[in-house]
Amino acid sequence: MSPSGPLTDDGLVQLLTPAGERVDHPDYAPRVAHLDADALRGLYRDMVLVRRFDTEATALQRQGELGLWAQSLGQEAAQVGSGRALARQDYVFPSYREHGVAHTRGLDLTQILPLFRGVDHGGWDSDALGFHLYTLVIGSHTLHATGYAMGVQRDGAVGTGDPERDTAVVTYFGDGATSQGDVNEALVFAAVNNAPLVLFCQNNQWAISEPTTRQARVPLAARGPGFGVPSVRVDGNDVLACYAVTAEAAERARSGGGPTLIEAFTYRMGAHTTSDDPSRYRSAAEEDYWRQRDPIDRLDAHLTTTGELSDAFRAEVAAEADALGERVRTTARALGRPETSTMFEHVYATPHAVVDAERAWFEDYEASFTGGDR
Amino acid sequence: MTFAKAINTGLRKALERDPKVMLMGEDIGTLGGVFRVTDGLAKDFGTDRVVDTPLAESGIVGTAIGLALRGYRPVCEIQFDGFIFPAFDQITTQLSKMHYRSRGRLTLPVVIRVPYGGGIGAVEHHSESPEVLFAHTAGLRVVSPSDPQDAYTMIQQAIASPDPVLFFEPKGRYWEKGDVDTDADAVAAPSTLDGARVLRPGTDVTLVAHGPTVATALKVADAAAAEGRSVEVVDLRAISPLDVGTVVESVRRTGRCVVVHEAPVLYGTGAEVAARVTEECFYHLEAPVLRVGGFHTPYPVAKLEHEYLPGLDRVLDAVDRVLAH
Ligand SMILES: Cc1ncc(C[n+]2csc(CCOP(=O)(O)OP(=O)(O)O)c2C)c(N)n1
Repeated sequence: MSPSGPLTDDGLVQLLTPAGERVDHPDYAPRVAHLDADALRGLYRDMVLVRRFDTEATALQRQGELGLWAQSLGQEAAQVGSGRALARQDYVFPSYREHGVAHTRGLDLTQILPLFRGVDHGGWDSDALGFHLYTLVIGSHTLHATGYAMGVQRDGAVGTGDPERDTAVVTYFGDGATSQGDVNEALVFAAVNNAPLVLFCQNNQWAISEPTTRQARVPLAARGPGFGVPSVRVDGNDVLACYAVTAEAAERARSGGGPTLIEAFTYRMGAHTTSDDPSRYRSAAEEDYWRQRDPIDRLDAHLTTTGELSDAFRAEVAAEADALGERVRTTARALGRPETSTMFEHVYATPHAVVDAERAWFEDYEASFTGGDR
Repeated sequence: MTFAKAINTGLRKALERDPKVMLMGEDIGTLGGVFRVTDGLAKDFGTDRVVDTPLAESGIVGTAIGLALRGYRPVCEIQFDGFIFPAFDQITTQLSKMHYRSRGRLTLPVVIRVPYGGGIGAVEHHSESPEVLFAHTAGLRVVSPSDPQDAYTMIQQAIASPDPVLFFEPKGRYWEKGDVDTDADAVAAPSTLDGARVLRPGTDVTLVAHGPTVATALKVADAAAAEGRSVEVVDLRAISPLDVGTVVESVRRTGRCVVVHEAPVLYGTGAEVAARVTEECFYHLEAPVLRVGGFHTPYPVAKLEHEYLPGLDRVLDAVDRVLAH
């Protein structure tokens, strides 16, 4: 095992250097060989849009339009790269800052706003998108993903060779989450059941104010082998490498090869959430180091040197981002207050006498103020 | 048929009826569960449907949630009451809320079977009654059968329910026998998951019990009858939803109420029943509602559990006290 700690960038799969040069990798380069210039521009576009969405939502929180915001700034490559490597029928269990993955699953990003504005606990049709609701209790959804993957296996949707049917399940979680019992139990259940699961850990170096060194003494990917789960460390700011390792892991899952743990070594460039102050626990030098490794700049540099990113395309994407920003602002502001009565809805799928009685009481009570019957 | 066999038969029916039903838990397959409640089911339905899981309660419930999202109907066994706590988070923060959070798009038909209660001389963490911890959480149904017929019917209704159900099995009664009609269609029958029942009519006092204390209540009624007192016994069956109507109707007739359960009295089922009865039967009450239950101590060592548990004498004493008013 590597003697280096969890913050080392040793052994990362990389296909694009921070300067934007393509590098070869015998196992992983073939996984992105089919991505032509158009596809690469598509990844660029995805990342720019997601970043604009994130920046806009952060601003909205500052203006009091959102109660809280969990930024994905800096993690666009890990999220877009992995998300774009998935098939339509794959199923994703995110935590709460996977806006980039959401975008790749076809979620209209504005649908994430109600959760953070406080008008909804969910907000989208998870089954239609193959993208489960966000989960705020750290690590708990990794078990839901594992169980779902066990169901996929029972349904015979693994190893049939039918590319439309074979299904991988992917769960996203942070470095802090790896300390949770649930994540470790997910690894145990996934391993012994050979579940078609990809455990995608975004090691963004911080769990609020705690560095990864407070969670582990070894690179997080080093934990996989102890569970019998093949593991890989990837440069999380390299969109191509993230695509490649996820494509491989998802294929292993779909073909019946079982789970894979991916550690994407990345950085959260913003605050943990808008209620946190990162200047209390990390240095400007560290932020600077990571700014040099920005995932969007990297792809931009690559496409610019190869002559595949024109100013016109850049401007087109920027205009699209502006339009998205505008739509995010108007959507957020237009989100009304839900009817109070909705508080009592969907507590149970079948009638529950206590909820029914309390709801009836409350309706009477409210009516008493508006001159209705008491 | 014994109580344990009644649940076993109910599980078998559910497995036969719906191919999406599956059982999961520690030692439930080859061994048939530490109480043999799942005896023979792995042999007949295969280890894919009767699954021996890793020894991880949060993992059992957490993966059951995922399986339910995929369209399965998992029935989890928690080996003993005191070991449900590692799964407490999954049950209260995830299982209970998914339907609500998704505004009804997702349902989680998961059943969690929990052998609970004391009186069997066990070591620590093997005799507890944690049912109200779950009843206090919206989104969960919490039930407990008290005889083999209800055990047989209610387990099938719990599995058929689209809502998550915490199914508390009074383990001290596993070996007791009773008649079970296995011909009747338990799922089609009127749901016993949300209705209390008057198990024995009476006119002087209403004695409210659930699960393991129902048997005690019936003995109390017999003993009281010998002294010329008529005790009505109400079996709650469900802790959530609580069938307040049946209790209130009874207390309006008898004017007196005693609630008995094994869990500590502090903030327990008895507190809830007493408060509801006081709100709704204030002018019918001849005496304050009394509660008989466990003390605010950890469950004691086995040699002292009969002093801790609400036995015949302590309940009779409470009945005497309400009648003395
Ligand atoms: C079980 C649990 N404990 C504590 C918290 C509060 N909390 C929210 S996010 C967070 C840090 C998570 O860090 P990490 O897993 O690295 O993910 P990241 O936010 O960096 O993506 C904490 C402690 C929580 N949501 N859930």
